[in-house]
Amino acid sequence: MAMTITEKILAKAAGKDKVVPGENVWLNVDVLMTHDVCGPPTIGIWKREFGEQAKIWDKEKLVIFPDHYIFTADKYANRNVEVLREFAKDYQIENYYDVGTERYKGVCHLALAEEGYNVPGTVLFGTDSHTCTSGAFGMFATGVGNTDAAFILGTGKIWEKVPESLKFTFNGKLPAYLTAKDLILQILGDITTDGATYRSMEFTGEAVYDLSMNERMTLTNMAIEAGGMNGIIKADEVTEAYVKERTGKPYEIFESDPNAQYHSKYEYDASQIEPTVAKPHSPDNRDIVRNVAGTELTKCYIGSCTGGKLTDFQFAAEIIFGSEVKVPTFVVPASTEVAAQLEVETHKGISLKEIFIKAGCEIAQSSCAACLGGPDDTVGRAQDKDVVISTTNRNFPGRMGSKKSEVYLASPLTVAASAVTGVITDPRDFM
Amino acid sequence: MEKIITGKGYVLGNNIDTDQIIPAEHLVYSLTDEEESKKYGHFALSSVPLEQAGLPEGGKPFIDGDNWQSEYEIIIGGSNFGCGSSREHAPFALQKAGIQAIIAESYARIFYRNSVDGGFLVPYESNEKLNDKIKTGDTLELDFENNVLKNVTREQVFYLKPLGEVLPIVEAGGLFNYARTSGMIS
Repeated sequence: MAMTITEKILAKAAGKDKVVPGENVWLNVDVLMTHDVCGPPTIGIWKREFGEQAKIWDKEKLVIFPDHYIFTADKYANRNVEVLREFAKDYQIENYYDVGTERYKGVCHLALAEEGYNVPGTVLFGTDSHTCTSGAFGMFATGVGNTDAAFILGTGKIWEKVPESLKFTFNGKLPAYLTAKDLILQILGDITTDGATYRSMEFTGEAVYDLSMNERMTLTNMAIEAGGMNGIIKADEVTEAYVKERTGKPYEIFESDPNAQYHSKYEYDASQIEPTVAKPHSPDNRDIVRNVAGTELTKCYIGSCTGGKLTDFQFAAEIIFGSEVKVPTFVVPASTEVAAQLEVETHKGISLKEIFIKAGCEIAQSSCAACLGGPDDTVGRAQDKDVVISTTNRNFPGRMGSKKSEVYLASPLTVAASAVTGVITDPRDFM
Repeated sequence: MEKIITGKGYVLGNNIDTDQIIPAEHLVYSLTDEEESKKYGHFALSSVPLEQAGLPEGGKPFIDGDNWQSEYEIIIGGSNFGCGSSREHAPFALQKAGIQAIIAESYARIFYRNSVDGGFLVPYESNEKLNDKIKTGDTLELDFENNVLKNVTREQVFYLKPLGEVLPIVEAGGLFNYARTSGMIS
């Protein structure tokens, strides 16, 4: 029977020859990831439920990245990191990336890729909705809550309903003024924030396979914004090269059968898409940048698992180079590796870091930072009636810290162009 | 699980996301410390814009003043309830505030799973749009055995979708109890 890539991976993890959408299956989990917000309560439930004999099913498969509330004086937030630290020490968790050490990585979804935990054909669960990011590596990855994570922690298993699949094909070449962010915002406008609920989102087509792994991760990252269970892109030579550089783990490449069944299919001509924004207060409130151009801004933000990768800063630096920003602009590298790359990678012979500093941007330390508001002292947090344009993933009321604020989501090119002018600006004006 | 619950309904719109249910800055409190975890009840639904809080009129905050428990027991939502993040703190906060069940047209996957697997509250799906028929403050009676919602105030009766395959987990009181009764874990 014909299957999609997601169905094939789930069948393998369930130990079955085939699975069909709607079927509930118990999966063997390859990696469980957690962080400082959901790790402590997950550990709490695991201890409560498994008691004195509580055992981690496989320590090598547990990965913990503190990343959400790191650079803050908030005593509760710091206590959560302390809980993780104690747990890692008590149970000798090798895959713990502690704050204040050289091992600290920053945002979990990028760190999973950089540290070689994303392996094609495997199944990864994480206590974060953006865990779907890892699907860019041709694997099944999705977010769960603390109870499900605690269950996995003790048993290595979890139930899941096999999703129907949606297929998104981007034909042709992506013009230089577009990024993966424009593509996913386009999709969100088409299918809305619940268009993929309990479904898989499969991305394919020439424009998708032309993307770097960083950019592919932007596509799969926002599958959850459409309610998607997972986003997935079949692994190819670009994936293999990235994976081999990061890990020696064996991998298996799956792909959808030509006659696999889809709930629905969408086709786009990549060259016809416009620079796109999501207006307040929902990621599906799509418009083209030109229609909101001139909107006065009080803050610009480039960061997060969605828009804080090296490629995002390369796009932004291209536009910001030689200019000064007109409104406070925050540059928040998602990971410490990206932060280091900003010093090494250059544009016209100048390091990206220097370009941002000369332009007057504030460069912050790697963490989730203001993408989700965070404690009061979080860098870049939206205050009062801020009007923000951001490379992040959500703009629900209050998401970036103030429910009076208005947040526009856009590509790093659009955010950079807007930073230079102080109003929402189409990047083509600078290209 | 009680067979019938009676309480006041609190009506919300579509796409109530987890940041509106419990803003991210509050995710730092202990969920196990009895006293500290009351903060989750206090901040439940605190980021819902005031004009959309307690429909149809709005302007009715879910939590009154310094309280940590709400006067409402059942939430009537629209479509895509609980979209956004994976935070299990969301159904926890609603339960802490006194919510026993939600009746919405549809749910985001992770919120639905968290509600069921964590045993916090019962997420029912309605067969029709209810947030334009029921008003905040109406007295509601929810019959779990027959999947029926009665609006006592307005003498309305609504049939709800059966819980289906998650019913055994709901009845057991969450994933761990379910796994224990079915012999998966000891």
